[in-house]
Amino acid sequence: MMLQMLKGIGASSGIAIAKAHCLYTAAPVIEKNSRLGAGAELERFGAAVSLAVTQVRELKELTAQKLGEAEAGIFEAHLLVLDDPELLGAVREQIRAGETTAEYALQEVSQQIVETFESLNTEYLRERAGDIRDVSRRIMNVLSGAATGMKSIEQAVIIVAHDLTPSDTVQLNREYVKGFTTVAGGTTSHSAIMARSMEIPAVVGAADALQEIRQDDLLILDGEEGVLLVNPPPEMIAEYEGKRLELERRKEQQAKLAALPTLSSDGHQVELAGNIGSPGDVAAVLQHGGEGIGLFRTEFLYMGREELPSEEEQFQAYRSVLEQMGDRPVVVRTIDIGGDKELPCLKLPKEENPFLGFRAIRLCLETEEQALFRTQLRALLRAGVYGNLKIMFPMIATLDELRQAKAVLAQEKRKLEQAGIPAGAGIAVGMMVEIPAAAVMADLFAPEVDFFSIGTNDLIQYTMAADRMNSRVSYLYQPYNPAVLRLIKGVIEAAHSHGKWVGMCGEMAGNRAAIPLLLGLGLDEFSMSAPSILAARECIMQLSQAGMEELARKALSMGTAEEVIALLRQEAGRRT
Amino acid sequence: MVMETFVVTEESGLHARPASVLVQTASKFKAELRIEYDGRSVNLKSIVGVMSLGVPQGHSFTISSFGEDEEEAIAKLSSIIIGQGLGQ
Repeated sequence: MMLQMLKGIGASSGIAIAKAHCLYTAAPVIEKNSRLGAGAELERFGAAVSLAVTQVRELKELTAQKLGEAEAGIFEAHLLVLDDPELLGAVREQIRAGETTAEYALQEVSQQIVETFESLNTEYLRERAGDIRDVSRRIMNVLSGAATGMKSIEQAVIIVAHDLTPSDTVQLNREYVKGFTTVAGGTTSHSAIMARSMEIPAVVGAADALQEIRQDDLLILDGEEGVLLVNPPPEMIAEYEGKRLELERRKEQQAKLAALPTLSSDGHQVELAGNIGSPGDVAAVLQHGGEGIGLFRTEFLYMGREELPSEEEQFQAYRSVLEQMGDRPVVVRTIDIGGDKELPCLKLPKEENPFLGFRAIRLCLETEEQALFRTQLRALLRAGVYGNLKIMFPMIATLDELRQAKAVLAQEKRKLEQAGIPAGAGIAVGMMVEIPAAAVMADLFAPEVDFFSIGTNDLIQYTMAADRMNSRVSYLYQPYNPAVLRLIKGVIEAAHSHGKWVGMCGEMAGNRAAIPLLLGLGLDEFSMSAPSILAARECIMQLSQAGMEELARKALSMGTAEEVIALLRQEAGRRT
Repeated sequence: MVMETFVVTEESGLHARPASVLVQTASKFKAELRIEYDGRSVNLKSIVGVMSLGVPQGHSFTISSFGEDEEEAIAKLSSIIIGQGLGQ
């Protein structure tokens, strides 16, 4: 047996070592003509549907307990389909008219519906086509008496399949199923999302998996790297076994930190939050001990599509994030597009100087009837009923922009109330501080917002007038330049003197070198990518806030970025 | 038989949540309820049927009701369509 390596997409991290259990989904042979007669076929079909309803109800319960109500919603849609008079009626009609088997009639009817849905070309209906496939496969399995192929597993395995439906994934037995790999799917497919929340290592999109892997082949699955090793030699198994144990040990250690509040050694508490780009990212933030979402970038809703996302689609996305986070705060940034980000659905002209151009709040306030902005705000207000929502406007340069944006928000809220549509109450409203003009004027902005969030990436490049993507001037992109630090200090002081809090959602907030300084400057909330959270908590727990205040004072009096960096190095050296 | 015509105001058209609300409501009545758009008529008690119509924003659709509680059914459905901002 030769070692073979297959590449896929790492969908859920972790390492699994076990024998392959291949699920071949070769289409079952379906006979067209019934030998039992229409009456008997109708009875079989009816019985199969009611058993399928029972199964789905159980799955829904199980999912709600294991993963939460939001995930269980998938099965709500399945129940509607299982009760659909058109679908059931068409199958019965086919059985009667054609004297066919129930299997054949079901296959014909569901195929036709799936094709209609797929031709309608909206994402929502394409997903529903998947629901109809899942439901009809379930009825089919009951009819043919086939087990799903997974109940029989009684030893440690890695599942190899073409694709796993949500029903398959939630039923995986954690005791025996060490990981899974699928030929189909991407990181945002249902099975990938569920694998992450169930913490099962998974590799998806492994195109050759079913051809290259035989039943009972020994597999190593690396869910971080998206790699499968088939029939590895003993020394490789030993190496990965070592890695697996190390990962488990680290996870246990960090898991202890995940549930702790973020307190400095002298008892000063801050909040560590995660930055996310879509509802699928929430699980990772929670898993890494995030205490909130400090930045939900909403651009993903608008990317790579011809038509603008509807209010309903946005509402569902925001609601999903809020429900997953429960009472924890979720800061949503209204759309920050234009300039260098090309969006086919907006057809914006190219600009000479996109970073200083028509983007973010400017675009929201100045496009025709502010329709894009208003739709997003309505979706947010409606979603606000389902959790602890905070709304934040990007790229605010002037007080007038902030006031206009707040007025539009208030108008949309009033309209919803007049129409009797529930909207979230007491939603905090804040702004990004990323333009130096806003940072300098922070004392006048502070009374009109509930919070600030400092976007360091843009604040640094605007303060230093240097594009960090331009290699000839990128040396000027200096996060530790005292000019930048003084702006940050000014924003935090202005906010605190008005009783408001300040977060930071740029890359700097998760940087271990910058954290001591930011803690000393008085930052209240640090928002970063999920994998950085636990390391940041570990770091802060070792620091004294009073000591870091002293460090920050020194840094602010320095003349150059180099001097500040040397000071931070010295401080880091002192601690280790 | 009673009929009523509406124009879709909901931005996403008659998909998703609006469709399931209508179907769940329709299923509570005995009357035969149908929805017609662009020359196609489907059973209003079927989620598959209603979604497959794919009525977009700005287009009109007609609901018809036939049977013992036809008046009551159409009144309830109208109030939901208008009340939830699906159509006018």
